[in-house]
Amino acid sequence: MAAHLKKRVYEEFTKVVQQQHEDLSSKKLRLTKPSKSAALHVDLCKATSPADALQYLLQFARKPVEVESVEGVVRILLEHYYKENDASVRLKIASLLGLLSKTAGFSPDCIMDDAINTLQNEKSHQVLAQLLDTLLVIGTKLTDNPAVRMRLVDVACKHLTDSSHGVRNKCLQLIGCLGPVEKGVAKDVESQAAKDVQKIIGDHFNDQDPRVRTAAIKAMLQLHERGLKLQQAIYSQACKLLADDYEQVRSAAVQLIWVLSQLYPESIVPIPSSNEEIRLVDDAFGKICHMVSDGSWVVRVQAAKLLGSMQQVSSHFLEQTLDKKLMSDLRRKRTAHERAKELYSSGEFSSGRKWGDDAPKEEVDTGAVNLIESGACGAFVHGLEDEMYEVRIAAVEALCMLAQSSPSFAEKCLDFLVDMFNDEIEEVRLQSIHTMRKISHNITLREDQLDTVLAVLEDSSRDIREALHELLCCTNVSTKEGIHLALVELLKNLTKYPTDRESIWKCLKFLGSRHPTLVLPLVPELLSTHPFFDTPEPDMDDPAYIAVLVLIFNAAKSCPTMPALFSDHTFRHYAYLRDSLSHLVPPLRLPGRKLVSSPVSPNITPHEDPSQQFLHQSLERVYNLQHLDSQGIQELLEFTIRDLQRLGELQSELAGMADFTATYLQCQLLLIKALQEKLWNVAAPLYLKQNALASAAAKQILEETYKMEFMYSGVESSQVVIIHHMRLQAKALQLIVTARTTRGVEPLFGMCEKFLQEVDSFQRCFISELPHMQGSFVDKLLDLMPRLVTSKPSEVVKILQTTLRQSTFLHLPLPEQLHRATANIIEPTGESDNPLRFTSGLVVALDVDATLEHVQDPQGTVKVQVLYPDGQAQIIHPKPADFRNPGPGRHRLITQVYLSHTAWTEPCQIEVRLLLAYNSNRSKASAKMPKSTWSENLEALPQSENGIEGTIPFSKPVKVYIMPKPARR
Amino acid sequence: PVPCMPPGAGQDVGRSCILVSIAGKNVMLDCGMHMGYNDDRRFPDFSYITQNGRLTDFLDCVIISHFHLDHCGALPYFSEMVGYDGPIYMTHPTKAICPILLEDYRKITVDKKGEINFFTSQMIKDCMKKVVAVHLHQTVQVDEELEIKAYYAGHVLGAAMFQIKVGCESVVYTGDYNMTPDRHLGAAWIDKCRPDLLITESTYATTIRDSKRCRERDFLKKVHETVERGGKVLIPVFALGRAQELCILLETFWERMNLKAPIYFSTGLTEKANHYYKLFITWTNQKIRKTFVQRNMFEFKHIKAFDRAFADNPGPMVVFATPGMLHAGQSLQIFKKWAGNEKNMVIMPGYCVQGTVGHKILSGQRKLEMEGRQILEVKMQVEYMSFSAHADAKGIMQLIRQAEPRNVLLVHGEAKKMEFLKQKIEQEFHVSCFMPANGETTTIFTNPSIPVDISLGLLKRETALGLLPDVLKPQLMHGTLMMKDNSFRLLSPEQALKELGLAEHQLRFTCRVHIQDPRKEHETVLRVYNHLKGQDYSVQHLPDGSITVESILIQATAHSEDQGTKVLLVSWTYQDEELGSYLTSLLKKGLPPSSS
Repeated sequence: MAAHLKKRVYEEFTKVVQQQHEDLSSKKLRLTKPSKSAALHVDLCKATSPADALQYLLQFARKPVEVESVEGVVRILLEHYYKENDASVRLKIASLLGLLSKTAGFSPDCIMDDAINTLQNEKSHQVLAQLLDTLLVIGTKLTDNPAVRMRLVDVACKHLTDSSHGVRNKCLQLIGCLGPVEKGVAKDVESQAAKDVQKIIGDHFNDQDPRVRTAAIKAMLQLHERGLKLQQAIYSQACKLLADDYEQVRSAAVQLIWVLSQLYPESIVPIPSSNEEIRLVDDAFGKICHMVSDGSWVVRVQAAKLLGSMQQVSSHFLEQTLDKKLMSDLRRKRTAHERAKELYSSGEFSSGRKWGDDAPKEEVDTGAVNLIESGACGAFVHGLEDEMYEVRIAAVEALCMLAQSSPSFAEKCLDFLVDMFNDEIEEVRLQSIHTMRKISHNITLREDQLDTVLAVLEDSSRDIREALHELLCCTNVSTKEGIHLALVELLKNLTKYPTDRESIWKCLKFLGSRHPTLVLPLVPELLSTHPFFDTPEPDMDDPAYIAVLVLIFNAAKSCPTMPALFSDHTFRHYAYLRDSLSHLVPPLRLPGRKLVSSPVSPNITPHEDPSQQFLHQSLERVYNLQHLDSQGIQELLEFTIRDLQRLGELQSELAGMADFTATYLQCQLLLIKALQEKLWNVAAPLYLKQNALASAAAKQILEETYKMEFMYSGVESSQVVIIHHMRLQAKALQLIVTARTTRGVEPLFGMCEKFLQEVDSFQRCFISELPHMQGSFVDKLLDLMPRLVTSKPSEVVKILQTTLRQSTFLHLPLPEQLHRATANIIEPTGESDNPLRFTSGLVVALDVDATLEHVQDPQGTVKVQVLYPDGQAQIIHPKPADFRNPGPGRHRLITQVYLSHTAWTEPCQIEVRLLLAYNSNRSKASAKMPKSTWSENLEALPQSENGIEGTIPFSKPVKVYIMPKPARR
Repeated sequence: PVPCMPPGAGQDVGRSCILVSIAGKNVMLDCGMHMGYNDDRRFPDFSYITQNGRLTDFLDCVIISHFHLDHCGALPYFSEMVGYDGPIYMTHPTKAICPILLEDYRKITVDKKGEINFFTSQMIKDCMKKVVAVHLHQTVQVDEELEIKAYYAGHVLGAAMFQIKVGCESVVYTGDYNMTPDRHLGAAWIDKCRPDLLITESTYATTIRDSKRCRERDFLKKVHETVERGGKVLIPVFALGRAQELCILLETFWERMNLKAPIYFSTGLTEKANHYYKLFITWTNQKIRKTFVQRNMFEFKHIKAFDRAFADNPGPMVVFATPGMLHAGQSLQIFKKWAGNEKNMVIMPGYCVQGTVGHKILSGQRKLEMEGRQILEVKMQVEYMSFSAHADAKGIMQLIRQAEPRNVLLVHGEAKKMEFLKQKIEQEFHVSCFMPANGETTTIFTNPSIPVDISLGLLKRETALGLLPDVLKPQLMHGTLMMKDNSFRLLSPEQALKELGLAEHQLRFTCRVHIQDPRKEHETVLRVYNHLKGQDYSVQHLPDGSITVESILIQATAHSEDQGTKVLLVSWTYQDEELGSYLTSLLKKGLPPSSS
């Protein structure tokens, strides 16, 4: 039972990678029978009733049809179409026509005439609509033929007067997708219909059916997307549509107005019922703002989203969006925001404790109060208070975008953003914190605002707290009280949630380095030093004390007077922290102490880093070598590799580059060693040792090349070619080794052929790079290619061996930026001695928290591997939602891994590690090939057959103590 | 015309009651009591409605918008004591909670104040039996013509706006509503139903409120600070409505901030009510509806039932206690206990009537005289926090914009404030606005459109002739309008004749035109034929010597006296009047001199 359960668990929680492509391809091969159309014909003739025919057609539609027989099938379908009386069958045939003309490689112009002809006699509206849809498919396949497009548009225009909304809908869609975009073309063509597509579509803005109205607006938008410049005259029409009864019409109209406002921002439109005129973008902005209080939330979301991208709007209008005149019993009242600001500026802290504190003051002129403003008034106030969180999020996003482009607006919207920190939905809170971070360079927080912001630090959600720490890293605080407040709240947070340690320290580091002058007066208080008395030395391991020190040391970096305030133990603690937490504590110029890290010698220009120079020098030394056979050179290589590795450890910014080159040199070294002549001349019975060495080397080189290709971000094609070249050499080595160990020739045939294919595909992929590879292995190989193809395997092996040995050593050019993907598992820590107990056969969830750096597309590539003590390994694909993106190049994986096992007698450790999955098909080399659908891919890319999927472990394994207990019976 | 008369709630708050008569159907909207009075004035004057007759004969139905007593308090009196047996409509939550409140109200009036001649528990039960519950957006046919439909109104659980429709005339009654969502309810919503009359409340006709977020934040901050200091917080509330909102607010805040201090809720009425809040999840806001699968927000984790003894417990706590104005009961008892400590705090979440303890402390009084000449010194902090669930002026305008009514009628508000709003509505929407006083009848004239059935055959025939039907342009068509059994139908003439059993009569005009032509008759005919052939009509020369132009017949005969004069007889049916008269005038001008 338990085993069964476990199996089920695995089925549910581990995703199986399905090799569906191969399945489909094999099916496809089977289908290549020419009798397809004939079979269909027979089937259709056999059909006695429309229902039967429909069944046949449905079955037929399930299988793909190969390109050659499409036309035949179409003919048969059409023939049957004319005979058919039942509308539903005709409908299905029409839809099949569309489906068939989508077939890749088939040019549908031959069936266009027939399709248009069928339109003429069709009575059923549904079939008509379907036929138009088919024409649309045909038209989109033949976009480069203007005459065809014109003809189709003509046909569509003719059917625009149809009484069915479905037909009109399709006609408009067709005109939108195929209507002429260039002005010039339209003039030569005689058809009057195609002359002014915009007018034709515009006429249908007043259609009686809302679906047709929507389709008309959508068609207009489609034209815009295809590059047609819409006329400004449409604007007034679109404005009328904003008051439509149907939400989809309003939603589309909002989009149209937005498009027009981006096209003609500066043109002037009159305000109805007055003589004034305003800029179109302002008018449109006002109208879209109005839609933020629409009755339908779909429209509200749409409107709120679009507001964000209207950056040309004048600031006067923009600031209105946050304006809401309050009043109580007809007297003007100040908003809470205004009151807070006033209290703050008058020097008093917000009391808010008096009743009538908010008592209304001045009388309002009843005539002047405008309850429904025509303009943008209060749009965001409404949007942020909306019932649906979708609208609120959209509003926050829009605020963010507008504030980024306008500092004064950023200052104004601050109060509202801060208010959003208390939203009931976590997503909204998070979004507003992120928004605030994005605009933080434009703003300085007032103390009362900071107070509200800091209150959120107690939130129980980790995401919220961390987002808030990120925010604090880059906020400007105006007073020393603010800094003190922030520190106190952060320490409170630290005691409540000790796991936030790292994040809080980091936050304080930035807070300190940004506000050195504000921290300075706080130092004595923070360190609790006393002018006369010695105070007890604080505990060095207290995270809160470390937090305070991080703040102070970072502030001291740009404030040289600060160290004078430190007491003796502070200096000692500095030395300790500088070593143990070097990423948080900066080097300080302390009295009586040498600055450790920068012995700056004057003759080096500042941007020429000595370590970078060292890297280049040592590489140059290596690259000057031509042949690498001698013992001394091997030693040189070994030393260089060692140097590079050490350099990578010391200089984190050069780590990527140093490791990358070291790996490359390592591969080269392995290759040389494996090819040493002495060993190969040994008599046959002594091959054994040599074989083992060489095949191990080849295997390792292969592995390393995959690492080089997939683990580094910033690798360019000039590196990829060298990596692939190295891999090719390794494969050649493999071939040689196999040739020497296996008896008989048959297996070799296949291998040789495969190898030659690989050489071929290498040549095709990197044809542009070949000129740079003079004298290399592949260069020589390609010269010998005609000979290789014709010769026997044994000869091929011999040739390979000599070329391998004679080929020159290729230089690896270094790209600008190269980063190695790294992962660090924060949780589980692997320190716990308490085993995780659970009943065998059931599952236990293990929380995994890891940071990833420089991983491209982590959702697709990062996996979690769990290794059980019995050698069983399990790979888990985390959900895409488990990855957060806190900053560029950084990712955070917070996921749960489900563990299960049969009962153990005693607790044991399992290993958890992260893997980077790769697929050589998706490599950077093949990405350069023109993109093609999978069906073409199969024929076009021979290399995909030997595409290798694999994984690279890229984090240190973490041990977790677990104990599956036997289930109680 | 729609006459509308408020027996209560006209330019007044309390005892909401409005009579609407629409296309001959009489509907009563709400049946509330007035908090301020204890005599006959507390109930609407139902004698207004019918001088002597029975209410059941006069009213077609009664609609209750929500469970607040000023909207439903007079219901048992009205149905059982005055006597009404017709249907009463309310939403499901209202139907569930209403009897609890009525019973509570009865207990206070009868048991505590000792009034007699008041409705009994049995009467409440009998009254609730007459209630028909409706769902949101469900169209209920009251009778063949009268239909009602409920829309979401926010305000309190189960509050609804009602659309009342007879034929094509319709009235929307909003009850109390809230256009801004709060922590437990969503915002009111109505579709663009374009009623003839919108009857809306106008409590906050002259107020535009600040964002609720500031209020909430202030409230939470105050509570949080006090609790952190180790103080106790007392929040006097009424059992239903705001209490739940504040509970949700505190509950989520406690959850978010991982706070441990206990929150208590004084038991009794509230527990029962909370039960219904748990049940009617669909009536709450987006957040609660979405998360109730994981956890029903009204199943409070941090909020527990209060016991008298807890008030003396040391340490911080938050207590919700009834009643809301600190005038009696548990809230006052707790207040007395805690008032002496400056660490503690009392938060008044709503308005307090003059004379209550609540009002006194809010106006800053620090020394209170209690029963028995005791002087109570208030050291605790006193906070005021307004959480109101009515739409403000902006919200009212927003609802009017959504519904697009032709007329607006304001009720449930003060006259002075209504005046302002009325002016604004007329100015900005260009619709007429009314604000009748109690007992004053306002008649609204509607312009009803009359639906006419058209036979499909006729419609198809007519559209085949002209263009597609277009909403914006009136179109001319030929047909017969039949009025029969209260229905209108547009038929083709033939069908109408058939249906009415009448024979068809043809109306023909004939006209004689004299032409000087000495030639023979058939030659004259030929000349006429040649003359007319030039026109773009189908002209035919029939073998019997006559000419037809379309359906017009032209014959030529020699004049009986003067052979040189030929008489052309032109005859047409009245449908072809236009062509016929044109041809006659053409012929009267004479024939062109013939070339032959």
